[in-house]
Amino acid sequence: MQPTSHANHAATHHEHEHHELGFLQKYVFSTDHKVIGVQYAITALIFLFIGYSLMAMMRWQLAYPNQPIPLVGGLLEAALGQVAAEGKMSGDLYNAFGAMHGTIMVFLGIVPLAFAAFGNFVVPLQIGAPDMTFPRVNMASYQSFFVGGVIMLVSFFIPGGAAQAGWTSYSPLATVTPTAGQTWWIIGMVFLITSSLLGAVNFIATIIQLRAPGMTWMRLPFFVWAQFVTAFLLLLAFPPLEAAAVMQLMDKVAGTSFFLPTGLLISEKVAEISGGGSPLLWQHLFWFLGHPEVYVLILPAMGIVCEVLCNNSRKPIWGYKSLVYSSFAIGFLSFIVWAHHMYLTGMGTAISTFFQTTTMIISIPSVIILTVFFISLWGGSIRFNTPMLFTLAFLPMFGIGGLTGLPLGFNFSDIHLHDTYYVIGHFHYVVAPGTIFGLFAGIYYWFPKATGRMMSEFWGKVHFWLSLIFMNAIFMPMFHQGMGGMLRRMSDGGVNYSLAQNSDALGAMSDSLIKSNVHVSHAAWALGLAQIPFIINFFVSMWRGRKVTSDNPWDATTLEWQTPTPPPHGNFAKPITVHRGPYEYSVPGQKLDFTPQNQA
Amino acid sequence: MEIPYTVHPREDTGLYNAKLGIWLFLASEVMLFGALFSSYILLRVGAAPGAWPHGLLNIPIGTLNTLVLITSSVTVVMAWASLKMNQLSRFKIYQSLTVLFALIFVCIKSFEYHDKFTHYEVVLKDGKSMTGHIEGSPMFWNLTKLNANKIASITFTPDAAHGAPDAKSEGTAASSAHGEPTKIATSDILKLECFGPFHNTYLAIYFTLTALHALHVIGGAIVIAYILLTAGRWWKKNPEQLTNRVEVSGLFWHFVDLVWIFLFPVLYLL
Ligand code: HEM
Ligand SMILES: [Cu+2]
Repeated sequence: MQPTSHANHAATHHEHEHHELGFLQKYVFSTDHKVIGVQYAITALIFLFIGYSLMAMMRWQLAYPNQPIPLVGGLLEAALGQVAAEGKMSGDLYNAFGAMHGTIMVFLGIVPLAFAAFGNFVVPLQIGAPDMTFPRVNMASYQSFFVGGVIMLVSFFIPGGAAQAGWTSYSPLATVTPTAGQTWWIIGMVFLITSSLLGAVNFIATIIQLRAPGMTWMRLPFFVWAQFVTAFLLLLAFPPLEAAAVMQLMDKVAGTSFFLPTGLLISEKVAEISGGGSPLLWQHLFWFLGHPEVYVLILPAMGIVCEVLCNNSRKPIWGYKSLVYSSFAIGFLSFIVWAHHMYLTGMGTAISTFFQTTTMIISIPSVIILTVFFISLWGGSIRFNTPMLFTLAFLPMFGIGGLTGLPLGFNFSDIHLHDTYYVIGHFHYVVAPGTIFGLFAGIYYWFPKATGRMMSEFWGKVHFWLSLIFMNAIFMPMFHQGMGGMLRRMSDGGVNYSLAQNSDALGAMSDSLIKSNVHVSHAAWALGLAQIPFIINFFVSMWRGRKVTSDNPWDATTLEWQTPTPPPHGNFAKPITVHRGPYEYSVPGQKLDFTPQNQA
Repeated sequence: MEIPYTVHPREDTGLYNAKLGIWLFLASEVMLFGALFSSYILLRVGAAPGAWPHGLLNIPIGTLNTLVLITSSVTVVMAWASLKMNQLSRFKIYQSLTVLFALIFVCIKSFEYHDKFTHYEVVLKDGKSMTGHIEGSPMFWNLTKLNANKIASITFTPDAAHGAPDAKSEGTAASSAHGEPTKIATSDILKLECFGPFHNTYLAIYFTLTALHALHVIGGAIVIAYILLTAGRWWKKNPEQLTNRVEVSGLFWHFVDLVWIFLFPVLYLL
């Protein structure tokens, strides 16, 4: 309601607004979609760094259990107190860092970067719109995201520390943990959910309403389609989590028992609660968001991959409609696969059967998308620049992530693999060398549009090769560890279960499995170092990079390259009309090997 | 720079931006309340046999509130129609009525809440239990509070059909007949609890759903009141846009109404 009226207000307001904007209005409280996109990008990159840093510290604990963390141990103790006594990572701290690594990476890192940042910057440009439909709502979305992020960060420093029950926050564990971290987590999530909802409404409305004349649905670049489906996922999947968050909050502060069963024991005493609640209910509601969320993480990256791939293979996409319909199929199916995360909860074999079936079906459109990309490379004259390298690496990396998911989708194999490092390996292949590589491709690709300067190719390639090597060195051994029985969320890296220490422990593991923790950790730190070339390249290029000589440095076809560089407020210098599809590369009979969409 | 279709509909979609925006927003609201309704079903189906309470709420009052909200939905439409017919003053009358009905709804709702917070179940150490009211109508008392405040005894008026909390005749303080007030020593009490959200799962979902709904009523009323107060200015500047805003806020209002139409039977009748 309010947002709508604000937007109308904004629109009429702008008519009279030809004076220069001050710094605050231009960069902080901006309603320009490009500025908001950049705000999202920078904030999200910072959160990615924080999420990584948490994991870098946890990896020390996994490799060298209960030894003081070098460099930062003292700092941790000073900041957080008892949980980091003597600079060592306690179990509580490990749990908090683990939960917040997941939360921050997913909700404050990848989603804001993939959906909000790239979507905001690129979508209006690609459809030929002057801005988003509701610019004020757009600003509110970023602000809500920012507040949610701050709440999450502050929660590290409250007494008892941040949430400790994993990013999935399963009740009763999350409810009965005697600290306030979980309450902060819930409130932070409500802000993040609000932000996503506002963003989703805005994206969908923009794509439906503000396409330039001639931009028919089947002329939309695939990136726009990907964001469109993503927005629907956010719009419809997040509210159930919000409902669940409200109920968990009631359980925490109003003494209700939504997720607490009758006869619940806390520290071996029967809890004084009304009972009658259902722990499974939380899991259902969480995964009703949780599964669509993984497609929120991957679809925008696929969109970027499509843009970069066509541009650098100088070929039209092979199977445009297959891409579009597949992403719709994914969008729809992702709402009916959620309980494949719950095979081991005892929800029953009939339900499991249903969800195994849908899970296998949803893998089909994913495979179609990947196949379309591979076939599109066939016979292209490929330019191996940095964005293209990341794009090309995305394909096999996402492939590994996807294929290793199949055994998790079957009841019988999941019994063995559930909650092990195999799962960690699987979904990180999807989101880390998968999505993140897609996002890097996007950053290198659109950087010149945003800044008017190119990023360094040499340092880009250094960044790429090192990242590729270390990503695999981190996540490949995890499959092995998981299949050998190493569970996730163990604060000692499994030494308690080592054959050497405890030869008759149930599920004892060989020492070589536990030893690989050390290699993985070293690779994880090396991955961090490998980002230094990127960070330096990013900032140095912003001020001193090679200036672009044209508005369309990659010889691309889509509309974002037809604006001035960087695009001014309102985007297009003159009204734009679209005459052709998004990927008309190397069209026979044309003078150039690319034909922009607005060329008559 | 101007964003197109803020006032007039786009030809191929037939919508102006805000109208599409509100429909999308409402889609997400459907999922929000849908999740809570599903939770209700799951909790109720999973409840131990006979454990789900009935008849805790006052049906006449709930019906009255339903009527109030439905009427407000009518006045919202009339307000919009008045603008379409260029009658600003009639719009103002209707929309003021809408806001008034919203206020009445919230007042009745808080009366119902208060009623639950002052209604107690007490379990005595000899195993007897009854429901009723404590003299002075305090809210949210329990054993811990009695002990902390060194209250040695309470004067308890049991409900007429005393005993089981699912007795049909149970209702508000005003409408139900009372038993004789008795004094109960704090030392005899095993458990004392009002009918707040913590009392049982039914009340938990009742309070969560209705409170969330009430927040929507309040939010919607504020927006409608704001549009009403600034209507004169907008009418001069851009009457069409004013009409759009009234339409869009009206759509939201109908949704809030619709949610209640589901809530009422589910929580009061079934
Ligand atoms: C790139 C460097 C990354 C490394 C080295 C890394 C490493 C890990 C490890 C070892 C765990 C398991 C911790 C445990 O079970 O005790 C984990 C958990 C997790 N990671 Fe990452 N990760 C990285 C990036 C990401 C990204 C980009 C995402 C984004 C979506 C992500 C999301 C998660 C989630 C959701 C969990 C589960 C947390 C939980 O158990 O509640 N990670 N990560
Ligand atoms: Cu899933």
